Amino acid sequence: MSTVKTYEKMNRKLKSGKAVVLTAEEVSEMAKTLSPEEIVEKVDVVTTATFGAMCSSGAIINFGHANPPIRMEKIRLNGVPCYEGLAAVDSYIGATACDPERPEYGGAHVIQDLLEGKDVELEAWAKGTDCYPRKHIKTKININTINEFTLFNPRNAYQNYNVAVNTTSNIKHTYMGTLLPNLRNATYSTSGELSPLINDPEFKTIGLGTRIFLGGTQGFVVWPGTQFHTTRPKNEFGVPVTNAATIAVMGNLKEMSAEYLQAAYYEKYGVSLFVGIGIPIPVLNADIAKRVSINNSQIETSVLDYGTVGTPKLGQVTYEELQSGSIKVKGKKIRTAPVSSLSKARKIADELKKWLLDGAFEVSQPVQMFPQNTSLNGLKETEADND
Amino acid sequence: MIKKRYILNFPPDSGDKAFTYHLVKDYDIRINILKAEVFPGKSGSLLLELQGKKENIEKGVEYIQSHKIVCESLDKRIHFQSEKCIDCGNCTAVCFAGALTMDKQSWNLNFNKEKCVVCELCIPACPLKLFRIDFQ
Repeated sequence: MSTVKTYEKMNRKLKSGKAVVLTAEEVSEMAKTLSPEEIVEKVDVVTTATFGAMCSSGAIINFGHANPPIRMEKIRLNGVPCYEGLAAVDSYIGATACDPERPEYGGAHVIQDLLEGKDVELEAWAKGTDCYPRKHIKTKININTINEFTLFNPRNAYQNYNVAVNTTSNIKHTYMGTLLPNLRNATYSTSGELSPLINDPEFKTIGLGTRIFLGGTQGFVVWPGTQFHTTRPKNEFGVPVTNAATIAVMGNLKEMSAEYLQAAYYEKYGVSLFVGIGIPIPVLNADIAKRVSINNSQIETSVLDYGTVGTPKLGQVTYEELQSGSIKVKGKKIRTAPVSSLSKARKIADELKKWLLDGAFEVSQPVQMFPQNTSLNGLKETEADND
Repeated sequence: MIKKRYILNFPPDSGDKAFTYHLVKDYDIRINILKAEVFPGKSGSLLLELQGKKENIEKGVEYIQSHKIVCESLDKRIHFQSEKCIDCGNCTAVCFAGALTMDKQSWNLNFNKEKCVVCELCIPACPLKLFRIDFQ
């Protein structure tokens, strides 16, 4: 009978220091000589990780009440607009938010400045009410003066992502980096066999409440990410061959480290935030062992033309080919470059492994599993509104 | 024989002298002009690759400098804040000269400044804005 492990047993083993924890790259190497049935006997937890730009990120901030108090109805942090449609001194600052006059400094930079302990200028306006009489405030805040400072990212850690190329004769500035004309480069974004959702493609262990590494501290998966798509075409190894599912994550920014969160500005595109995420996958049975054994030659993704409207698909390649330095598209050899950091992802996978081995981090059984068979709506435009 | 890249900055009144001719003729230096921005009557900048005997290149550089031309080795003009680099790879996507590459084992960024042709594409391509090149 094949081995089946429980979360409880696994956590006891982690606490006693007897658990075997490997990174997803290490287990892929092990799988060259061992079967999934042998791996489930030997390995308890596999760590996965990614460190890439994730635009759908941001922070919930509670500023605390001033005296006299203000019900903030327009809020700026270092000039960057923040959401004002919550209670008096609650706000959400999106990573991509910016003042159009200063597009290279945005919400991600404000988050990083606060994280690094820097002072940030808060300015807010209000109409004044009986209970909140104040109409304007301008002051300095920092990580110690604010109350809650919570990272809440509605869509992170995409399960696979497309390769971007450009067939036009003009340079294209995109969130996938600078794409040279006439297919002169190709960029790709996931950490391949180390990527979290590629190692658990059917969400057998990752779900609501999964404890994760987030920005250098413990965080949680709190919901399926936006654009959660589970019915994309999959290859023979069960991996979607384009961007598919995502996760929403949350964690305490006051405990995070600037080493694992990094603000970024993409020329003629805008601001984004590099987010470090690591997810432990408990090897509960042989099926999960088989999934985490996947290697870069088995993970495929689609090559899309970002220069043409509708981003037509030009081909399909493996991560082994992408990491070799060049791919062939339409018979042409194209130089490849990553746009997410594999070296940082490895650092995160190693750090999470250390936490698990030290007994400082438990694997958690999801409170609820994520939905299956989901797909996406496009945005339809009604005729009447476009007249 | 050595090969080294230099950036030359010409003051407005030096544009009509045949410096490259003298470098070849008098100092036996092979010259490869990799980038040039010359505005007659104003200033001009050149990126040159000089190949020759070490002592000849040193003398050639002294000759150029004696004519009020600023001549500095390329690596002194390239500023890269490596300690802040996250090794994302965005700069390697645009570096067709092969100066910026990813190490295939560690996946850390390698920067071989001697291969730089000062196309300056890495400056906007870096999402952390860690590059600065003083060409002019």
